Amino acid sequence: MKSQFNQLSENLLNSLHQGEHLKIGVSGESSQFIRFSQSKVRQSGLVEDAAINITLIKDDQTCSGSFTLTGDIANDESLAVSELNRLREEVDTLPKDPFIVLPENSGSSNETHEGVLLPAEKAVESLCPAMDGVDLAGIWASGRIYAGNANSAGQKHWFETDTFSLDYSLITSDEKMVKGTYAGSHWNQSDYEKNMAKSIAKLRMMEKSAKKIEPGKYRTYIAPAGVADIVGMFSWGGVSEASIQQGDSALCKMRENDMKLSDCFSLKEDFGSGLVPRFNCNGELAPQQLDLILNGSLKNTLVSSRSAKEYGVTSNFAGEDEGLRAPVLNPGELDEDAVVSKLGTGLYLSNLHYLNWSDRPGGRITGMTRYACFWVENGEVIAPIDNMRFDDSIYSFFGDNLEGVTNKAHLMPSVETYDGRELGGISCPGILLKSFELTL
Amino acid sequence: MSNTQLYDALSAIDVKVDWVGLREVKENTTYRIIRDGNPQANSRDVSHGIMVEVLSEGQFGYFGCNSLAPEKIQSAAESALLQAKAAAPHSLFTFSDEARPPSKGEYQSPFKSKVEELSAGKLNEILLQAYRHLKVNDHIVSATAMGMIIETDINFVSSNGSDTRQSFLMVQSDYSATAHKRAEYQRRSDNHCLQIGMEEFEIDAVLARAVRVGEQALELLNAEECPTETTHLVLAPDQMMLQIHESVGHALEVDRILGDERNYAGWSFVREKDFGNLQYGSDLMNITFDPTVDGQFACYGYDDGGLKAERDFIIKDGVLLKGLGGRESQLRSGVPGVANFRSSSWNRAPIDRMANLNLEPGDSSFDEVISAVDHGVYMETNRSWSIDDYRNKFQFGCEYGKLIEKGKLTKTVKNPNYRGISNPFWNSLKMLGNQETFGVYGTPYCGKGEPNQAIRVGHASPLCLFENVEVFGGV
Repeated sequence: MKSQFNQLSENLLNSLHQGEHLKIGVSGESSQFIRFSQSKVRQSGLVEDAAINITLIKDDQTCSGSFTLTGDIANDESLAVSELNRLREEVDTLPKDPFIVLPENSGSSNETHEGVLLPAEKAVESLCPAMDGVDLAGIWASGRIYAGNANSAGQKHWFETDTFSLDYSLITSDEKMVKGTYAGSHWNQSDYEKNMAKSIAKLRMMEKSAKKIEPGKYRTYIAPAGVADIVGMFSWGGVSEASIQQGDSALCKMRENDMKLSDCFSLKEDFGSGLVPRFNCNGELAPQQLDLILNGSLKNTLVSSRSAKEYGVTSNFAGEDEGLRAPVLNPGELDEDAVVSKLGTGLYLSNLHYLNWSDRPGGRITGMTRYACFWVENGEVIAPIDNMRFDDSIYSFFGDNLEGVTNKAHLMPSVETYDGRELGGISCPGILLKSFELTL
Repeated sequence: MSNTQLYDALSAIDVKVDWVGLREVKENTTYRIIRDGNPQANSRDVSHGIMVEVLSEGQFGYFGCNSLAPEKIQSAAESALLQAKAAAPHSLFTFSDEARPPSKGEYQSPFKSKVEELSAGKLNEILLQAYRHLKVNDHIVSATAMGMIIETDINFVSSNGSDTRQSFLMVQSDYSATAHKRAEYQRRSDNHCLQIGMEEFEIDAVLARAVRVGEQALELLNAEECPTETTHLVLAPDQMMLQIHESVGHALEVDRILGDERNYAGWSFVREKDFGNLQYGSDLMNITFDPTVDGQFACYGYDDGGLKAERDFIIKDGVLLKGLGGRESQLRSGVPGVANFRSSSWNRAPIDRMANLNLEPGDSSFDEVISAVDHGVYMETNRSWSIDDYRNKFQFGCEYGKLIEKGKLTKTVKNPNYRGISNPFWNSLKMLGNQETFGVYGTPYCGKGEPNQAIRVGHASPLCLFENVEVFGGV
């Protein structure tokens, strides 16, 4: 696909008229998806998908178009020329945009990460035996993902990687559940079987009768997967500069009222893992590391070049949506192996579910507990709990009520597949809270 | 491709299978957005491909293919067959072609004005005017006017005789404003999702919606906090949309009940034995699966398995009768269902989805519902939503509220929220508005499935009164 993209983009760039600027992006995947239920195959298939996006800029006016690439270079070139001509007709009719970001050339990049993946026809027979004897529901996704970018200033980027993930839930006969994920780029049958065996052992802990918890405030430990769900909310009305400027961010209080979170809370973008491309849809390279919240204080927001122009601030080459792309929540000093004893008496929450801002300006989030969540007494796990709703503020649980952060961060791989398989994930430790509010 | 060409492509496939189907989807999505007086987006995305699906040894296998070239379709069918064969020894269920009923027919969504009748420049002008009406004064710190136009063609042919052709023109329009004073931020919005033409952007109607949004955002700046109490709750149709979606629709998807979604969206408090038995809500509650409401967002003639879509009662007089299960789920569960086996596009396999799922109107006027309440809260327009994986414990927030005192709407309240548990909540339904209070809404972004799929759904409802609901305000 890389050579096809190069050919397509060169043809388009060579056909530009005086005063026209062009940005071209491509993304695609060759994927296998196998859906499991009751440890059996519910649906199995393959997807070959790729799309090119063309943005034309002329006289402070801009518009864009994308279409599915067929893989037939002659056909795709013809479609691309037609699309460029359609954009030329439209762009003159549009209002001027004072915040257009013109293409620049700040360097090119080329990364290809070859993996070792299961052959598509071998996946079922490799995955199924380890599921024997348990009830598993989940999704296997595997294959190549690629993204590229070129522009009329001469910049070019390419990123290509092989990845797989089995994201699954194990379920007891009385419907208690444990969550597991095995993901990577080099398949290892033995590691997979160990991952599954570990999850099955966890499931046995869920076989005790559940304890009913009443609404109220509880001393609580939230494990890294649950913390990752909360950190993910910072991409939605959180660290975006535009959302703060437009009054749509939970962090407005930090900017305007100098509110602070706990000293133990430090969130940054860190592309050091190499799991996701550093370039955005403009082809701009984000800094390798960027502190967002450092020791509880808002240091930086994610600023796209458009926001930079609109609000008179400096771009840090965030994506158009100014969401987190490589988030890392810094580990702290709490011994991860001692969290149950440090918790003493309270709630151990492994996972959360269906989070939403219940009062975004106030910083309040609601959601549910899910999967392996336990009642702990005097440093001993007593029983799983029935799922409960929480409703609490980041200024409380990431603020005064944040007692400690564990000393190990775990990568929670991103397994969503709405617009194609996602890359990367959120690196998170666990957090120990003096108080966390359950409401229903 | 015409259906004749698609049928030729089907006939040319050379694989030994029990059934093969081709579903071609072409979708053009045009976004035009004016934010804070400037164009934010003028884009058109075209997605075009074909889902090649085969049945062998009782197992379906698929290949979502980005090319319609005959050699690619042949290769896709061969790969899909390998998927089916590899999975067959571990199949969850052994299917026959009964899961893909043969249908022939066409569907064309209703519209008056074609896409070509409203140029890009003209629509930008309309949205710019809308923005100026949203920005009532300088306390409006951000405002957005958005139009999304979706043109979709779905053609389906199969080896057992299906030949359907469906064409849709849909519009999402959205006007929103954020108001700010001292430490207070309040957002108000108005969203439509309809099968409609460019008449959706008729200027007087657009500007009336925009000015109401702007004025109500300002009104909320000076409003009192919603009280915290257990009281009567009156919900407007644009919030009922979400209430129906989360606490009825998802709970009744039969693939969820069968456990397919347990790793993602979750399970359901409803079980197979509940159909025909469960008192889901009060006897005022009548829920229909209705693909025939003129202009509603998720009308269609046939689902993606080829089943003809027809209006049917899911809940009648409060009693659960049918599930939201397409033919595959009907065969697996024995639960009576509807034609809702749908996929988001050519690159995803169909699963059980909502389509148009509506609460039928009652016979009370708006004033009669409000006057029946001595003390309570009225809420409009969803702004926050969360529900558990069994579709039991929900908490929803709205943009705009009013106190109801002695049968009258009185003070405006901000940050109105409420929470409850689905089954008792629906059994607390005490009054239904009539057809005049009936509102038709929808969303393009109902998320479900693995791999994930965002799909369009429609929900319509009258004004509703619930009693003994826990309501509360903001921080």
